Amino acid sequence: MIATEKTTEENGAAQAAVAAAWDVERVREDFPVLGQTVNGKPLVYLDNAASAQVPRIVIERGAKYLREEHSNIHRGVHYLSQRATSAYEGAREKARRFINAREARECIFVRGVTEGINLVMNAYGRKVVREGDEIIVSEMEHHSNIVPWQMLCEEKGARLRVIPMNDDGELLLDEFDALLNERTKLVCVGHVSNALGTVNPVKEITARAHKLGVPVLVDGAQGAPHLKVDVQDLDCDFYAVSGHKMFAPTGSGVLYGKAHLLEEMNPFIGGGSMIRTVTFERSTYAAIPDKFEAGTPAIASQIGLGAAIDYLNSIDRAAAQRYEQELLAYATERLSSIEGVRVIGTAREKASVLAFVLGDVHPHDVGTILDQEGIAIRAGHHCAQPVMQHFRVPATARASFAFYNTKAEADSLVAAVQKVVEVFS
Amino acid sequence: MSELSELYQQVILDHNKKPRNFRILEGANRVSEGMNPLCGDQLTVYMLMDGGVVRDLSFVGTGCAISKAAASMMTQAVKGKTREEAQALFGEFHRMVTGELDESSEPNHLGRLTIFAGVRDYPARVKCASLAWHTMHAALEGEDRATTENLGPELTHAE
Repeated sequence: MIATEKTTEENGAAQAAVAAAWDVERVREDFPVLGQTVNGKPLVYLDNAASAQVPRIVIERGAKYLREEHSNIHRGVHYLSQRATSAYEGAREKARRFINAREARECIFVRGVTEGINLVMNAYGRKVVREGDEIIVSEMEHHSNIVPWQMLCEEKGARLRVIPMNDDGELLLDEFDALLNERTKLVCVGHVSNALGTVNPVKEITARAHKLGVPVLVDGAQGAPHLKVDVQDLDCDFYAVSGHKMFAPTGSGVLYGKAHLLEEMNPFIGGGSMIRTVTFERSTYAAIPDKFEAGTPAIASQIGLGAAIDYLNSIDRAAAQRYEQELLAYATERLSSIEGVRVIGTAREKASVLAFVLGDVHPHDVGTILDQEGIAIRAGHHCAQPVMQHFRVPATARASFAFYNTKAEADSLVAAVQKVVEVFS
Repeated sequence: MSELSELYQQVILDHNKKPRNFRILEGANRVSEGMNPLCGDQLTVYMLMDGGVVRDLSFVGTGCAISKAAASMMTQAVKGKTREEAQALFGEFHRMVTGELDESSEPNHLGRLTIFAGVRDYPARVKCASLAWHTMHAALEGEDRATTENLGPELTHAE
């Protein structure tokens, strides 16, 4: 949602109202990492799309687990094992509610979206995809939602089809309709683009795919931190979440899958916990979710994810979203006013991701100079090389905002980019 | 901005704006491609090797200011050197940018290349400065491709 046409005064007043409804300074106190200085300047952390920061309650919940509750889960008969199991399964229920899945067993704990997508590729894709079949991805996908499908297509002799996007970074749904056919076995699409910020109409995409009986996997890495996710409303068949993008520790994440699909899928990783019985003649597999949780999981991290969900539930998420949108609009407008800046990713509906190029200054140089000002952005292809190819750039500089970033930080970003212009003039 | 000016010195900015030997070399008998997958720096080094001497050297490519300036100054430094001298220069440059060689106290042949010494304080940019050198080195060895991946732990500083 780029700013609509209002006067500067109306805009200012509207922004002030939103800012007032969202006490960002109070929220910043929840995130210990934000208070530090970098290269003598206050840290301006604008790399949230790469990884978000973690609130104190998540740090303390993880520390408490390790300090007081830790034990291996699921099979112990002793007290600590039961406490650990209860905390772990409690986190699973929190995840269920967070994305509004019907059942907790539909929420498989994984270490992130990449693992979740590879799970679906191996356990579902390898089972149902045959030679001559087709898998549809979109032009703006992160490599984690391209490469596994390429691997599968190569293995099976199947074909990867790509939904194109326009130069604003919006998917062309008519082209999607044309790609769907009786050979399509799966549609894989990102909820929100990490490179462009585009929010994709995944509910509509799912509806169209389902008309032909084609299941849909949604990469929710950037969706979960910015949007309210309701998998029943979306009706998608799989939805993957990365914990570290949504204020939780690294190593946490959830793959949601509809129960009937997960039940039919082959196992992915084999080992302990995912079995029912084991003999050397054959082994039988456990029911979901255990079937997909072999070995000892990242217990502390997933409990941390539960705490992050608690934190998100404790704030007014709708207000946070409005605040992020105002920040995005403000930063976009100010940055665009610098001569030589071209914003990459101008969809009508965007999350607070602001990618840009600056004349012929390489994003790497932009990033280094910004770093000297204490500003953390990401420069590169953002694991989305096809996006770079579409816009004919080697890389972009990307500032990504969370609800703990401020208008002053957006001003710092703009001032630093102006400094880059000076250095390279 | 004093630390930054150690990296983005006038000479480096100048070489970035007007890179020397920035062209395809007709008649090159060694061609090598290098890329930095992390950020998209990409360049091709063209070399004319004759009688054990680098008779001519050029490069084309896209990349950040550090990679372009390093490539430009590399072609100036290596042109006319023997294979052995070019190898030695590669070694010294590499050791300098990874902090293993103190160019101000240890004997070396780096000359104006010491301008890149500041890169060692920017671990993320070491690969940018080294790319052209690794690519040139691959051309010396008769290899076709160089990449700054799998170049071992010596190219990345400890986290």
